[in-house]
Amino acid sequence: MRSFKALVKKELADHLSSYRFLIIFLLILMISLILVYMAAGTMTESLKGEKLPRFVFLMLFTTSKINFSLVQFVAFFGPLIGIILGFDSINRERNEGTLSKLLAQPIYRDTVINGKFTAGVIVVALMMVSIIMTITGLGLFIVGVKPGLEEFWRIFIYTIISIVYISLWLGVAILFSIIFRSVATSSLAAFAVWIFFSFFFSFGVNAMISSIIKQYGPNFKEAFIHVSRIEKAISFTSPMLLYSDSTATIIDPMRRTLSSFNLQVGLMEQMSMKRFAGPLPLAQSFLIVAPYIIYLLVITIIVFIASYLVFMKQEIRSV
Amino acid sequence: MSNGVVNGDIVVEANNLTKVYEGHTAVDHISFTVKRGEIFGFLGPNGAGKTTTFLMLLGLSEPTEGYARILGMDPFKEPLKIKRMTGYLQENMGFYRDLNAIQMLDFIAELNGIPEDEKMERIERSLEAVGLLNQAKKKIEAYSRGMRQRLGIAEILLKEPKVALLDEPTLGLDPDATNRMTDLILGLSEEKGMAVILSTHLLHHAQKICDRFGIIIGGKLVALGTMDEIAEKKLNIGEKMYTLEEVYMKYFEEG
Ligand SMILES: Nc1ncnc2c1ncn2[C@@H]1O[C@H](COP(=O)(O)OP(=O)(O)O)[C@@H](O)[C@H]1O
Ligand SMILES: [Mg+2]
Repeated sequence: MRSFKALVKKELADHLSSYRFLIIFLLILMISLILVYMAAGTMTESLKGEKLPRFVFLMLFTTSKINFSLVQFVAFFGPLIGIILGFDSINRERNEGTLSKLLAQPIYRDTVINGKFTAGVIVVALMMVSIIMTITGLGLFIVGVKPGLEEFWRIFIYTIISIVYISLWLGVAILFSIIFRSVATSSLAAFAVWIFFSFFFSFGVNAMISSIIKQYGPNFKEAFIHVSRIEKAISFTSPMLLYSDSTATIIDPMRRTLSSFNLQVGLMEQMSMKRFAGPLPLAQSFLIVAPYIIYLLVITIIVFIASYLVFMKQEIRSV
Repeated sequence: MSNGVVNGDIVVEANNLTKVYEGHTAVDHISFTVKRGEIFGFLGPNGAGKTTTFLMLLGLSEPTEGYARILGMDPFKEPLKIKRMTGYLQENMGFYRDLNAIQMLDFIAELNGIPEDEKMERIERSLEAVGLLNQAKKKIEAYSRGMRQRLGIAEILLKEPKVALLDEPTLGLDPDATNRMTDLILGLSEEKGMAVILSTHLLHHAQKICDRFGIIIGGKLVALGTMDEIAEKKLNIGEKMYTLEEVYMKYFEEG
């Protein structure tokens, strides 16, 4: 336990004193400032003179002029943060000859992985919490509404899911840093996986969905059922879809399904669907997303077990 | 080999240790023992299998065949105990460059579970012993090669182990730094009573401080014993004075 703490402490100090951390942090801060500014602008404009909707505060996280909200930002670029924090964690030590020094001390190999992962998760949590606090604080100031208790809980759950999601990618990056000796290779491999799931994959899914909708023609309801079934199945194979679907339910309570179907149907249909939909209570939103969170955790654990298995059997010499 | 030793004196044992890398035998059935307080000179050309042997002794690499014992323990059954009792100065050692010497030793102390109340005193004592105390607050980045190697010895002293495995500790050191290192190694065995396994290419230094030798060539242990014992097989003793260098070269040329 003491050696685990020592490892976490050292890793944390490494992260927090690195330029890498500073740069990501400033970058994220900058982007969240832009996003909250735009969201707030859009909101004050469109809500002018209207009765405030129930979860007006949450709109800070989901609304934006350029159609790119904080939630979407984290879904796309959160993985990048995880990857940047982890892609060289083991192989750098191997190349610099500190890994065998570390493993010549009385600690288990898995303690090394656990220590690095834990320190990374702490850094991720620090980042997420400070972004969300920035947005919340600025939102209070610009929009002038206070978040209700339920909104507070929703933001809290959203933060937790985001941390789990980014940590999954941290785990993937650490796994690659174990498998590949070269830092360039491990980062490239992690980026490739990220691009596959974030761009390539969702592109393919969208293409498929539009073709299905075309097939059904005017048969609107059947298309809807078919598409949501497919989407549900597919989203379980992509961490990004898992994440965006589950956070959308939490942070956007007007949504009833996890379907991104409304992107595909016209604006009028969307409006007519929403007219009858009241906000989903917190408990129900949570019930809908709980399996997704568990599933994200399971993937993380699988990545971990893979890391252990590869690392345990590995030759640790640097040359 | 003089075999009047009681078993309790044997600290390190290699028994038929063998390592095969993808069909290439790096270490080929080597056996030897090292006793308490003894300095064992582990000699051999580059690529002979010395580092591989060290890694197997410490349980950092799994033997294809045979086994290693340190203080009677199996490195794969009791890895933590063995690593607590063994100091390892690796070849081409790495350091966390952003740390200073005190932070580095503090990290090692934490990993080894050295009691909090003794920690600082032991860190200072180790740094004192290797002559780094007055530079302890300098980042390791700024250390010379000789200072880094001495810091490596300080890490070993800090652990107060029973065994020290030193893989080419004098590699790349200037003559003065080499002499300092040699003295420190002698101190590990004479003052601290450690069993030391030392791999080096500096044969005249090895001759001065080692009690026994093993010569490994192409993964095979071709000679094992005291200077006289290994010389006997290749040279006609009594006829002339000989150096370790001459003995080693005979083995190297004739196998
Ligand atoms: N990971 C590895 N894979 C394959 N061969 C290796 C590996 N590590 C070392 N070797 C080979 O094992 C042999 C012994 O190497 P080593 O123990 O480093 O020798 P020494 O330390 O005596 O110079 C060399 O021929 C080296 O090429
Ligand atoms: Mg070597």
